[in-house]
Amino acid sequence: MEILGHLSDGIWLSLQPLNLGLILIGVTLGLFIGAMPGLGSVNGVAILLPVTFLVPPSSAIIFLAAIYYGAMYGGAISSITLGIPGASTAVATTFDGRPLALKGKASLALVTAALASFVGGTVSNVLFTGFAPLLAHVALSFGPPEIFALMLLAFATFVGLGGDDIPKTILSICMGLVFAAVGFDEISGEPRLVFFGITGFMHGINFLVLAIGVYGLGEMIWTIESTRGEMTTTDAKMSLKTVVADSKTAAREGWRGTAIGSLLGFFVGILPAAGATPGSLMSYGVTKMLSRKPEEFGKGAVDGVAAPEAANNSASTGAMLPMLTLGIPGSPTTAILLGGMVIWGMTPGPRLFTDEPAFVWGLIGSFYVSNVFALLINLAFIPVFIWMLRMPFTILAPLIFVLSVVGGYAATADMHDVWLMLGFGFGAYALRKLDYPLAPAVLAIVLGPIAEPTLRQSLLLSSGDPMIFINRPIAGPITIIALILIFLPLINLIRKKMVAQA
Amino acid sequence: MRLAELITAAVLALLSIYLMFKSAELDIGYLPGEGPGGGAWPFWLASVMLISTILIVINWFKKATPPSRSTEPFMDDFAKKSLVKVGVGLLGFIALVGVISMYGAMLIFLVYYVRVLGKHSWPTTAALSIGLPVIFFIFFEALMRITLPKGMKFTEPFYNFLNTIIY
Repeated sequence: MEILGHLSDGIWLSLQPLNLGLILIGVTLGLFIGAMPGLGSVNGVAILLPVTFLVPPSSAIIFLAAIYYGAMYGGAISSITLGIPGASTAVATTFDGRPLALKGKASLALVTAALASFVGGTVSNVLFTGFAPLLAHVALSFGPPEIFALMLLAFATFVGLGGDDIPKTILSICMGLVFAAVGFDEISGEPRLVFFGITGFMHGINFLVLAIGVYGLGEMIWTIESTRGEMTTTDAKMSLKTVVADSKTAAREGWRGTAIGSLLGFFVGILPAAGATPGSLMSYGVTKMLSRKPEEFGKGAVDGVAAPEAANNSASTGAMLPMLTLGIPGSPTTAILLGGMVIWGMTPGPRLFTDEPAFVWGLIGSFYVSNVFALLINLAFIPVFIWMLRMPFTILAPLIFVLSVVGGYAATADMHDVWLMLGFGFGAYALRKLDYPLAPAVLAIVLGPIAEPTLRQSLLLSSGDPMIFINRPIAGPITIIALILIFLPLINLIRKKMVAQA
Repeated sequence: MRLAELITAAVLALLSIYLMFKSAELDIGYLPGEGPGGGAWPFWLASVMLISTILIVINWFKKATPPSRSTEPFMDDFAKKSLVKVGVGLLGFIALVGVISMYGAMLIFLVYYVRVLGKHSWPTTAALSIGLPVIFFIFFEALMRITLPKGMKFTEPFYNFLNTIIY
């Protein structure tokens, strides 16, 4: 019952005029960012984080979480009307959303997506509220070895479950961690990795410089190149009457996908490497597998729209769970939120629940409020969003570039970092073309400043014996799971070889 | 694409070696009573990077990954042109910040992008390239009290005048 008390306080906090205003702006921006092809929640949060220095941290995080939330709703709009996913999280929505739109049922698809998103969001919010304080309580007893083991697990999931080229994934992780080590060595206080004696490196590489470089500049250049053709939008005629009728159809035909997506999405979302994109793809697959009419999938099944949309909202909340309770982000977007918390002067981790209850519960309360407003704004303004999707890219792109450059400067007030960001942008563009995953690098630059000291403190505790990560009762199992995940691809390779020989 | 994959791996390998040398300027071993030295963490990470690049090159020889099999050019004409256009714009933008201030550079960049690349009408161009710097100025200087670069001396009278309005 204590939780319900905290929750109602949190909802009350998020309804304060400033926070409510930020939720409305955030959700609307998020819907737009999610709907624009080439921009997802991670781009929006990375580019707009510097803007939040104006408001107190508890409001800033509510604003950014609202963008995250809105983007999950928004992705469906372009998946359905353009046939191009508005964000990677909405890829699975195109499978059945686009066929429905081509059949003239765009409004049914849009309403299904919105309702499924709402249910997914609600289910995951309830799960979150139940699990988070419990997990944070357990995590309070964690020492450096446990925290380092969790870091290892976070990176191991990218290697074992990420599905990308493995050497490239490992390279990306290590590169992010090395960039995080630039500046000075915290323990000895000596300057470290100050390249070519340039003093700009003395203050280290701010994670935003890498994040905006990758998600603001690099990804924009890549999108300009890949969306070279003209896009055609399908119009959706909607009125209050059609929305009511479509809602009934959506509830009748889409309940199964919504239920599967809501639950599966949440648990997949918790895993660091997974997040909303695989969560929605998996939910689509499972729903199709369990459906009585699997042959309808891909041709415009309502369940096929409901499952991924419920899942991506649910997963985005799930990804917040490890971020808030353990200080380990569950997705690239939450990695940036975590970095933001550090900039605002907070220490992420289980102590947040006891030290900053207003911050934590205000955020949790805002999930519920944002979810309701995202549904209402989404349904009310679908025609406006479709109209905005016709905005030429030659107007949107310079806006993003300008925001990125200004945001990169505002983070550290040093032009050196803006140049560095441009370098990262070009580098990210080239690496992205060659299938190098870049999300691990962004996660690593955020986690690096936590991973290194915990490793060194652990080794100091054990006088250099790495077995400390195996012998401790909580760190042990986590480390072992992490090691299995890291070596999983290798084990699979050997097994395949053995089968081939037999 | 195949050539680009190999060159990128080679560049990343060189970067790894450089990072290893740079890390080795600090202690990379275990210091009794102090724990691992300051350079140990980046040194060993950089060496894992080096091993990864070697694996990438092995995969390249075995043609095990899509980019190492692809015969398509890394960048076609469209990609090259758009990268040059956008890249030159961004370089110019950032270089001009130190000369004619963040707001001035923003204006020039927007005119270049919206008018020259986007071929939009002059009214659209003017609205965006004048409107945005004004909005940014109000937001950063007046509301957030964050000062963005003002460029060289000659912009001073102009910004002094604006400051008398907002302060």
